[in-house]
Amino acid sequence: MGSTPVIEAVALGKVYATGDTPVVALADVTLQVHPGEFVAVVGASGSGKSTFMNLIGLLDRPTSGLLRLDGVDVAQLNPNQRASVRNHKVGFVFQGFNLLRRTSALENVELPLLYAGIPASARTAAATRALQQVGLGERLGHMPNQLSGGQQQRVAIARALVNQPALLLADEPTGNLDSTTTREILKLFVDLNVNHGITVVMVTHESDVAAVSRRVVQFKDGRVVLDGPPPAEWTPSIDVPWHTPSQAVVA
Amino acid sequence: MSLFTLLRLAFRVIGRNKARAALTVLGIVIGVAAVIAMVALGTGAQQNIASQIAALGSNLIIIIPGTTNVAGVRGGGGSSTTVDVEDIDALRREVKTISQIAPANRQQVQIVAGDANWGTQVQGTTPGFYSVRDWHTDQGTTHSDQDEASQNKVCVLGRTVATELFGREDPIDKWVRIKKVPFRVIGVLSSKGQSPMGSDQDDTVIIPFSVYRARMAGTQRDQIQSAYAAAIDANSAQAAVDDMTAVLRQRHHLRESADDDFSIRNLADIAAASREVSESMTLLLGSIAGVSLLVGGIGIMNTMLVSVTERTREIGIRMAVGAKARDILIQFLVEAVVLSAIGGAVGVFFGWLAARLLSDATGWVTIFDPSIAALAFAVSGAVGVFFGFWPARRAAQLDPIDALRYE
Repeated sequence: MGSTPVIEAVALGKVYATGDTPVVALADVTLQVHPGEFVAVVGASGSGKSTFMNLIGLLDRPTSGLLRLDGVDVAQLNPNQRASVRNHKVGFVFQGFNLLRRTSALENVELPLLYAGIPASARTAAATRALQQVGLGERLGHMPNQLSGGQQQRVAIARALVNQPALLLADEPTGNLDSTTTREILKLFVDLNVNHGITVVMVTHESDVAAVSRRVVQFKDGRVVLDGPPPAEWTPSIDVPWHTPSQAVVA
Repeated sequence: MSLFTLLRLAFRVIGRNKARAALTVLGIVIGVAAVIAMVALGTGAQQNIASQIAALGSNLIIIIPGTTNVAGVRGGGGSSTTVDVEDIDALRREVKTISQIAPANRQQVQIVAGDANWGTQVQGTTPGFYSVRDWHTDQGTTHSDQDEASQNKVCVLGRTVATELFGREDPIDKWVRIKKVPFRVIGVLSSKGQSPMGSDQDDTVIIPFSVYRARMAGTQRDQIQSAYAAAIDANSAQAAVDDMTAVLRQRHHLRESADDDFSIRNLADIAAASREVSESMTLLLGSIAGVSLLVGGIGIMNTMLVSVTERTREIGIRMAVGAKARDILIQFLVEAVVLSAIGGAVGVFFGWLAARLLSDATGWVTIFDPSIAALAFAVSGAVGVFFGFWPARRAAQLDPIDALRYE
């Protein structure tokens, strides 16, 4: 397509200056993710994959290197501008759902629109649409504690999508879910990626989840050690359009 | 975010923990209620005193023969016989800063009208009394100089006496007997109500001074129990007191070092003194209330700090989906202000209630001033802004990633 990369990291680094010895969480990561990609980020605990996610989600700031989101150099932004980028360009899905307690599904999904300054009636309409899109159109008024884990994660996905971001970031989105629910959520991601053209970057440590993606980026000790299609021996937990046995053999 | 959204959010969060909110705002409630009740009481007391003093007559100066002081034993006011009729005549002649002076001697008598009788106080005084005391008749007239000169046996009844003796009948031209002497009723005085000392000023009968001297005074014909004088205007009251003091001291041949053997009191001074007392009381009670507001504000700050800590994760979530530091700051600030404003509103209500119950129970006059209520409410809101700012800023300055990871 030749369009601007959604994510462009050049020599990206993050060093935590805790205690006497600085801890290098991320060293020299150079990576591009283009619109419409479905990327799985894998690696052991402490490999730097979560740090990478936090950096591209603008929840944390890099200590070195360059990071462009949708063409914008986000390392140069002030906190307010970063908040605005989080609001408009990135949708975040967390392992622990991170929904507001005692707040209805609809209001949770409205949250990004609230901070985008969208008027109340438009907020409700857009949030309702997003919840319908993830199959929760019947549960708008439910509180998180009245929903199953999978449903809560769907609410979180609706919240991530409601502002029509360029990028959906998911940090272990299925980590707290059973295998049936995991498959439902993965199908939702695939559907969003294939049918709505949403770029998905998903952190996971499970190979069958990672195998659903079209591209796997593996981190180790803060560096990218592998970047390519999912290895053939990984069996995806759901059928995906791009994953055929022949491809797997070639890979 | 719109103000409506912010307020709705604040009310919802506060509503989730009602017991905590109630305890938090208790300090504000007590502070505001105290301010409202105290100011209502203070204003009422001030107005009460002012109206009582006004009822005594404007520019009024009271002359009482000296408090006697014999070997340290001091008699009460009027206990000595140091002022006589000639002193009053001299004051009338010589003091230019007074427009009127009227002696007033009195005693307790039983007054009889037909088969009704009533124990009251008879006062012998000159016609100047009515203008000095600013006291007029509702019915009939007051007695005249002619009545004085002719020693006419006429009387003017106080409202209470008229009612006790004649009920609803018209007392004018009826006859009453005081110490077996028949008097013709020529007037009924308007009602003055309670004196500042609490006695019923309407429970009195006034007769001409000359008649009093001849018929009531017995052997003490020349002694004066009290006299009322009017200064020529309010600004001359002090000068009048000084002038009269000088004349009386000279007439009584008092040496420089000797104390006055009489006392002259200027009602304006008494009024000012009592106003000062009630003002400083109000100020004192107001500052106690202010301290209570301060403590209430600290309570709000404490609760907001706890709330910010508890809701660190919520703050992280909000920041992750795009809340700016300012959005978080405003959210928590609005919450603090809503809390303290609730306290203020409840406090205004309880203050008003306390003032009402107090005046019902004790009969004290209380005046509820809506502008004070509005002020107290506004101050409680300001307390919320002031004490809510620091916790709100702490919330706003959280780092999104730290807040999200907070367990």
